[in-house]
Amino acid sequence: MSRQFPSDSVGLVHPRTVHFDHPLQLSSGETLTTYDIVYETYGELNPARSNAVLICHALSGNHHAAGYHDPDEKKPGWWDNMVGPGKVIDTDRFHVVSCNNIGGCHGSTGPATVNPDTGIPYGPDFPIVTVQDWVASQAQLADFLGIEQWAAVVGGSLGGMQAMQWAIDFPDRIRNAVLIAAAPKLTAQNIAFNEVARQAICSDPGFHEGRYYETQSEPWRGLRLARMLGHITYLSDDLMSEKFGRDLREGKINFDYGVEFQVESYLRYQADSFAGSFDANTYLLMTKALDYFDPAAATGGDLSAALKDVKADFLVISFTSDWRFAPYRSREIVRALHDNDLNVSYAEVESHQGHDAFLLKIPQYLDVFTAYMDRVAASC
Amino acid sequence: MTKQPSDTRIVRPDYAIIAEWIRPRSRVLDLGCGDGALLHYLAEQRKTTGYGLELDDKYLPQCIRNGINVIQTDLDQGLAEFDDDSFDYVLLSLTLQAMHFPARLLDEMLRVGSRGIVTFPNFGHWRARIQLGLFGTMPISRTLPHQWYDTPNIHLCTLRDFEALCRDRNIDILDRRAVDHIHRASLGLRLWPNLLGEIALYQFTRKVISRH
Repeated sequence: MSRQFPSDSVGLVHPRTVHFDHPLQLSSGETLTTYDIVYETYGELNPARSNAVLICHALSGNHHAAGYHDPDEKKPGWWDNMVGPGKVIDTDRFHVVSCNNIGGCHGSTGPATVNPDTGIPYGPDFPIVTVQDWVASQAQLADFLGIEQWAAVVGGSLGGMQAMQWAIDFPDRIRNAVLIAAAPKLTAQNIAFNEVARQAICSDPGFHEGRYYETQSEPWRGLRLARMLGHITYLSDDLMSEKFGRDLREGKINFDYGVEFQVESYLRYQADSFAGSFDANTYLLMTKALDYFDPAAATGGDLSAALKDVKADFLVISFTSDWRFAPYRSREIVRALHDNDLNVSYAEVESHQGHDAFLLKIPQYLDVFTAYMDRVAASC
Repeated sequence: MTKQPSDTRIVRPDYAIIAEWIRPRSRVLDLGCGDGALLHYLAEQRKTTGYGLELDDKYLPQCIRNGINVIQTDLDQGLAEFDDDSFDYVLLSLTLQAMHFPARLLDEMLRVGSRGIVTFPNFGHWRARIQLGLFGTMPISRTLPHQWYDTPNIHLCTLRDFEALCRDRNIDILDRRAVDHIHRASLGLRLWPNLLGEIALYQFTRKVISRH
C-alpha cells in the first residue's frame, strides 16, 4: 500500500552518490585522493540553470534535508519544515541540492570509509577537514551537476558558516547567501563545549584511539555524553523549563541515581537515538571544523577585509534565545558586510527555542526567510 | 521603529522634498525605515544605495520584498555598528519624536553621516496650540493621531524647540521646510512655519568650529 505524503512534501526521495577521482587538496596540507559525496536533489533545474539552491548541513545533519527515503519512514528529512512545494525553499521554483559533507557518516567519504591505501577504515587517519574543504568539495559537486552559479547557498549554524565561506571562496558562483544562527568564528566558550564533547568520546574505553571499527566495541557512552552536552546548548533555559520544568517521571523523588526528572529521561532518549545513527569519529571531526572556522584569520582578524571580494547578497537571521551563537555574533557578520557596502538584510527573531530555532516553523522567521527567497526566485 | 501610518497624503510630500535635497548616487542610512518606501523612492529617484534600520518585525518582510537592505536594530541602542562618515545622508523620518534619546541620536547621525535629514510632526501647529491652549487637552491631529496614554511619541517638539537644540549641539541647519498635510508650501507657511507647518523638515550638518 502506498503511503500518502503531505501535499507540501517532496515525497519519496532517493540519495545519489558521486565518486570523485581528482584529489582534493585540504587546508591541513593533506590530500584526499578519491572521495564520494552522497546528495539529494528536490525540484527541477531550469533550462538556464539559474535556480539552484545549495543547502549546507550543521554538525549532526546530512544530505537528507527533505522528504522520505521509504514509505515507512516516520520522520522526514531534517529541514522538511523549510523545503518542499510551496514552502520557504520552494521546490516548485528552486532546484535544491543537499549533500552530506566529507568526513560525515551518512554515505560521503569519512572516517568509517575503507581507506583504499590500507584496506581498513580510515578511523583516526581520516584527515581533519575544514569548512573551506567542504566548500571546495561542494564546488566539485556543483561542477558535476552542471551548476555554474548558485541562486543561493543556505545554511543554519555550521551550515551558515559554509554559506559564508562560499561567498568568500567563490564570489562569482553564488548570488545569495542565507546565514541562519551562525557566527563568524567560535568563542572560547563554544570551543570549550566542543572540547568536553571530544573528551567524552576519547576517554570512552570503547574508543580505541579511533580504531573501534575493527573491534566489537564502539564509544557509545562517550558519544551519548557528547550529544547530551551539545543538546543542552542547543536549547534555552526557558524552553527546558517550559518543556520539562522539574517534572518527575514517577511523581516522586526516589533517593537514587536512576532517571527521575523528565529532563533526564529526555536527554537519555536524545542520546540513545543519536548514538545509534552517528559515528564518533565524525563527531570529533565536525567539532574540529567548527573550532577552526575563522575566515578573518587570514586577514589578521579583520572580518571586513576577509569579505572584500564578496559579491553575493546576504540574509542573516539570528534568534534572541540562542546562546550558542547569540544574535551579537550574527551582527558581527552583518557589520562586516555593510562595511563592504554589500547588500544585507538582518532579522533578529524573537524566540525561546534556543539555537535549534533555525529548524522550526517560527512565524517571524518564516516571513522574513520567505520574503527573501521570493526575491531570490524573482532573480532566477 | 514606530512610525506614523503610511498615509500617502502625509508621507509622499516629505519624500519629494527629501529627494530634492539628496544628491544622486548618495549613500543613505534611513533610521526607522518602516516598510522601506522612502528608501525605495530615493533609489528610484536619486539612484541612492544604503540601508534601512527598523525594529518592528512586521516591516521586515515588506522591506525585503521592496528590495531594501533592512537591518533589525533598536535605534535607542545607538549606531555603534556603523563607522564614522560612512554615509552621505542619515535620515530620520517621523521618528525623532519616538526616540528615548533624540539629542544623542542627532549626534550619532552626524557621526556616521556627513548630513542629517529629520522630519517630525510640529507640536507648535496652530491646531495643537488651540487644543492645548483653549480646550486644555493634549492635541490629536492627522500627524499626531494617538491618545496621550497610548502614543509612541514621547519627545514632541516645535520647530523653535528643534532649532534651539541644534544651536546647543553645534548643529548647522542647512535647509528648513514646513508643510501642511497636503504639502502646500504657501506664503503663510514660509512666514509662520511654526504656526502653520504640520510637518517640519530639516537638513543639517555638523558646525565647523574654528580652533583659533
